[in-house]
Amino acid sequence: MLEFILERANYWAIIGLMMIGLYITFASGNLIKRIVGLSLFQTSVCLFYVTLGKVAGGTAPILFGEDAIEHGGGYGADVAHHAEMVPGGHALGNASAPVELVNTYSNVLPHVLMLTAIVVSVATLSVGLALIVRIREAYGTIEGDEVQEIDLETALAQEAEIDEWLNGAGA
Amino acid sequence: MIELLLSSVPAWALAHAAPLLVMVPLFLAPFLVMVPSGRIAWFVSIGATAASLVFALILLGIVQTSSSGVISYALGNWLPPLGIEFRVDALNAMILVLVSAMGVLASVMSYPTVLAEIPKEKTALFYSAFLACFAGLCGVAITGDAFNLFVFLEVSSISTYVLVALGASRDRRALHAAFNYLVMGTIGATFFIIGVGFLYAATGTLNMADIASKLPDLTGSRTVQAGFAFIVVGLGLKAAMWPLHQWLPNAYSYSPSFVTMFLSATATKVALYALIRFLFTVFSPRFAFEYAAFNAMLMPLGIAAMIACSFQAVFQTDVRRMLAYSSVAQVGYMILGVSIGTVAGLSAGLFHLLNHAMIKGALFMAVAAVVLTYKGTNIRDFAGLGRSAPWTMTAFAIAGLSLIGVPLTAGFQSKLQLGYALFEHGWWWAVILVVFSSFLAVIYVGRILEAVFFQPPVNPRKTRKEAPIVLLVPLWILALANIYFGITTEIPLGLARDAALAAFGPGMFR
Repeated sequence: MLEFILERANYWAIIGLMMIGLYITFASGNLIKRIVGLSLFQTSVCLFYVTLGKVAGGTAPILFGEDAIEHGGGYGADVAHHAEMVPGGHALGNASAPVELVNTYSNVLPHVLMLTAIVVSVATLSVGLALIVRIREAYGTIEGDEVQEIDLETALAQEAEIDEWLNGAGA
Repeated sequence: MIELLLSSVPAWALAHAAPLLVMVPLFLAPFLVMVPSGRIAWFVSIGATAASLVFALILLGIVQTSSSGVISYALGNWLPPLGIEFRVDALNAMILVLVSAMGVLASVMSYPTVLAEIPKEKTALFYSAFLACFAGLCGVAITGDAFNLFVFLEVSSISTYVLVALGASRDRRALHAAFNYLVMGTIGATFFIIGVGFLYAATGTLNMADIASKLPDLTGSRTVQAGFAFIVVGLGLKAAMWPLHQWLPNAYSYSPSFVTMFLSATATKVALYALIRFLFTVFSPRFAFEYAAFNAMLMPLGIAAMIACSFQAVFQTDVRRMLAYSSVAQVGYMILGVSIGTVAGLSAGLFHLLNHAMIKGALFMAVAAVVLTYKGTNIRDFAGLGRSAPWTMTAFAIAGLSLIGVPLTAGFQSKLQLGYALFEHGWWWAVILVVFSSFLAVIYVGRILEAVFFQPPVNPRKTRKEAPIVLLVPLWILALANIYFGITTEIPLGLARDAALAAFGPGMFR
């Protein structure tokens, strides 16, 4: 049992971070804290992908030694052709190293994907922070509950106005 | 007509229509940041969306005339499954035509309302965000790569948050609505990539067609099932599937009226397309767990949306909010159609998707006209408008009747198709619920129409005040489309049938 848990330590860490992030996003009243929680949540996904890309015993994916001589270049159709010969996916730590390579490398693709995901999360974070600045200017607070209360008052005032009109129209 | 288009365009446009459709608006978006005048930005965005519409029609033409029915474009000549692929079949060709046609109509009508609701120095920036959003939506619809879909989803979503927040100059609640939308939308998108991560872990590929070909060997894999759950929840959030729709009413009621119109006609539709793409093409209803998900989750949620949100719509006093709740209810119809899991059900869902885009586009366009001339969206502001703005309000009434599903309108036809599909599947009780929900629609649409046509105006000073012509023309195009497609359903129903067949994947049910 203990072994089962320890073997998957990286997954536990990811799940933990993910839940902490989600919890902060939902439970916190402070808008900045909510955005921080959201960031944490997104970061945990990056770790998840990086974990998927790890190949047992693999090193950083830079060709060295004999591999470097054999696979010096090639792009486009060459690489796609090369990829067809390599059985797809060394994900989930399954150690089926590419048949043609001498050394074992980790899978690069998840890392590259996460570069894009990081850009997305930075964009989200900055838009979120910009919105918080505007909310602070418009409401004078960054507490979600207080903002909601002010919104509710506005809505109720509008509602009362319409009720008055509806009653007037009926009479 | 499509043959004529195909024969008249140059060869480069035929060969590269797929990437150009996304690239034109995507490259013009940052260019607009540097444009000083809002008017030029308006022309540029009309041009960009019109170009996309032409490319979308070209793609539709190629898909309809080619024997395989699939266009695959390898970006940068990196061959799929490794490279990113733009893959167009009848399903996304339909969505692309819908999105770009709505984009053209929305940008044509936009200028007067944008001028009235957006600070002058931000007009060009506003159009820049609009084009980015438009490009993102087209990208989601066209890509054949699961991760690329996430990127385009976020391109469109992040610019949508900005667009919604720009409603702040009219009502500061737009800011809070945009913030909540950002939090919910980001959670949805992140759930989606977690799901894609699981699929990648199980199959080792990100190309959707490739994933689809590898999944049948993995039936019973818990990784795949977890990925399925995450993807459905993530995309369901983006598509405002009940009960994940909490962001939608606020975002729709406080954003600038042009944004509401554009989003209601496209954004949730594209997210729903992505959901359908994953449910039917990547996964397949043949999988037992997916069949269970249809029966135990999507169908009840669709029905709950239909009933609960129609009820909520009845009690709203703000017209835009009412229509927003009605949008969630209408998404419920589409989800119900999808959850039948048959070709007939899916094509009924897609048919309703097309019709609903026309209906809500017209309704929100009319609301935008009212905001422009009378500065309000409360039901009170609508009182007596039937006399002071007869053209706008007649179009509004046509679209409203179509929303209810009155015969001779597009809305009736799609409910008819949905009813057929439900009966065929033996879910006759669901037909009763659909009819019941339509009765609720009679109440909430009726309330507005009663105020519009039978009540004296609140402010009798304001006499005849019609919306400007650039707004009336797109509005009437949509309103007449509602009637036209209510009488002859050949074109949209054909599109929806082909799309449903394409969604089930090549070779199946053909």
